[in-house]
Amino acid sequence: MAYAGKLRTNATTAAVERALTGQTRPVGEWIFQGLLFVALVIALGFLVWLLSDVLVRSMPVWQERGVQNFISTNLSSDPAKAGIAQGLFGSIFLMLIVISLTIPVGVSAAIYLEEYAADNRLTRLLNTAVRNLAAVPAVVYGLLGLSVFVAAMQDINNGRNLLAGGLTLSLVVLPIVIITAAEALRSVPRAIREAGFGVGATKWEVVRSHVLPYAAPGIFTGIILTIARAFGETAPLLLVGAAAAGFGQAASATVVDKVLGPYTSLPTTIYSWARLPQAEFRALTAAAIVVLLAVVLFINAVAIILRNRYERRW
Amino acid sequence: MTTPRETSALQIDDLRGSAARRRRELIIRTFFFLAAGTAVLISALIVITLIGEAIAFISKVDISSLFSGAWQPRAGNYDMLSIIAGTFVVATIAMVVATPLGLGAAIFLAEYASPRVRRTIKPILEVLAAIPSVVLGFFTLTVLSPTVVDAICPGSTPLFNMAGAGIAVGILITPLVASIAEDAMYAVPSALREASYGLGARKRVTSLRIVFPAAVSGIVAALIVGFSRAVGETMIVALAAGGVGGAVFNLNPCLPGQTMTAAMTALAVGSDQAGGGIAYASLFFVGLLLFVMTLLLNLISERFVRRIRSAY
Repeated sequence: MAYAGKLRTNATTAAVERALTGQTRPVGEWIFQGLLFVALVIALGFLVWLLSDVLVRSMPVWQERGVQNFISTNLSSDPAKAGIAQGLFGSIFLMLIVISLTIPVGVSAAIYLEEYAADNRLTRLLNTAVRNLAAVPAVVYGLLGLSVFVAAMQDINNGRNLLAGGLTLSLVVLPIVIITAAEALRSVPRAIREAGFGVGATKWEVVRSHVLPYAAPGIFTGIILTIARAFGETAPLLLVGAAAAGFGQAASATVVDKVLGPYTSLPTTIYSWARLPQAEFRALTAAAIVVLLAVVLFINAVAIILRNRYERRW
Repeated sequence: MTTPRETSALQIDDLRGSAARRRRELIIRTFFFLAAGTAVLISALIVITLIGEAIAFISKVDISSLFSGAWQPRAGNYDMLSIIAGTFVVATIAMVVATPLGLGAAIFLAEYASPRVRRTIKPILEVLAAIPSVVLGFFTLTVLSPTVVDAICPGSTPLFNMAGAGIAVGILITPLVASIAEDAMYAVPSALREASYGLGARKRVTSLRIVFPAAVSGIVAALIVGFSRAVGETMIVALAAGGVGGAVFNLNPCLPGQTMTAAMTALAVGSDQAGGGIAYASLFFVGLLLFVMTLLLNLISERFVRRIRSAY
């Protein structure tokens, strides 16, 4: 065949052979894979850059003041004396409010949505409301806190107190708690529930003794991650009046005075220090960030370990 | 003599359990329902307070000050367009950074990485996502703006600029975009990939022409969610974009600017905001705009997610 003979040159034979035996050089493949890898490296590189920069910048504070001194002194306009005691107290107290409010309400709401609710219009409305609330920027919750909680508590330090801040933060994280808890409940197979109903248990008995124990690791992981997020949340607190500047506090101030009086949180302290022009405050800000990151990353690590340990595939 | 009740067949009432047990079930059910109802209550409260104060703002404010070319609440200038422009400049830069980084990382993790690499890298990405934004704001101010932005922008760049804030917001949303997009690509059935390999396609062609189109709904949703988060991001912009006192209309990312979120914090910090007045009401008007924007973006992204769910 003349036509076939014309095509079968040495060059084409070699090319076909190379293609079949995989000896072509897939340069495009290499470049593409390289680019993907670079994308990942840049993203992770930023993390390394940020962590190392903050650590280096905070060194003078640790060397001159020590950790103990820095976390146990109050705010001050004098960089040599300023510390984060008030911020830490505020953040921890805010977390206590958030935990004690959002866990019962959030998990209960998730149980209703996953276990009790019939598939009707009301349920769909509830689900849509929760998902949309989770997407609302946190700063908008600050407005809600400002017009509801701050206005309602005008008698207590003009509404700028830890209770108003804690309630506002609770609203920010409530939808996230509901969504993660609902996901954990959903991952428990139907058969587990049917086994409970089969021996005559009521709905609540099934939920309590069959569903919740299996969903618990997932629910706790979600809650822990949410708390880490709430710990670093700043914007809504600024709107409901966490002190952005320093405030005096008598050495004799009791816990009640601290809760009902002016307050700040650790991220709010960082925000106000970062805005100060003096160079000394750069090191202080970095030191406060190291403390904040240590807390947030520790909480996250606990959640990730918990998840890897108890994750169950059905 | 026995009563007829005892001899008759099992009645439905006998299976119902005791009245006390049923009452307890009802109480528990009501409690759970009320907890779920708080979500709707909060939504309603947000909408009511925002709309109420926004109407008060519109009725009190001098309409010409809404188009005065600058957002300076203390001077009586409430030009919405300048802070909306700032919001879109920052969010656009964020998307320019987060789209290649996030999607690149997602394709790498879903298609190229071995299970072991995935298990190591995903938690690290979660750590990046967990960094509070106020920290990134400080990082932008002290590191990104003096180095990266200064190198990109021509001439002498002010320390406070929208480009630095936009890059940092992009870094912040990269893990979010990567994680949603990766979930979408991971959910593509492997039969599609195998069919592609069977036809002789290489990994790059399979990733880009088979998996990417099949997962495109989820990828679009990832980008919309990322954009929505960028629009709502507050602390990075409040610290690093400048314009604390106000901002003039400006689309140049190398100059200072203000976003809607930063305008809200700037107004709230250091002013007696609970005292009422037009500036106080303007907070809520901006908040309402922000709420409506993120709500729309969220509804659109949900529609895309639902499409990918129905496909497989």
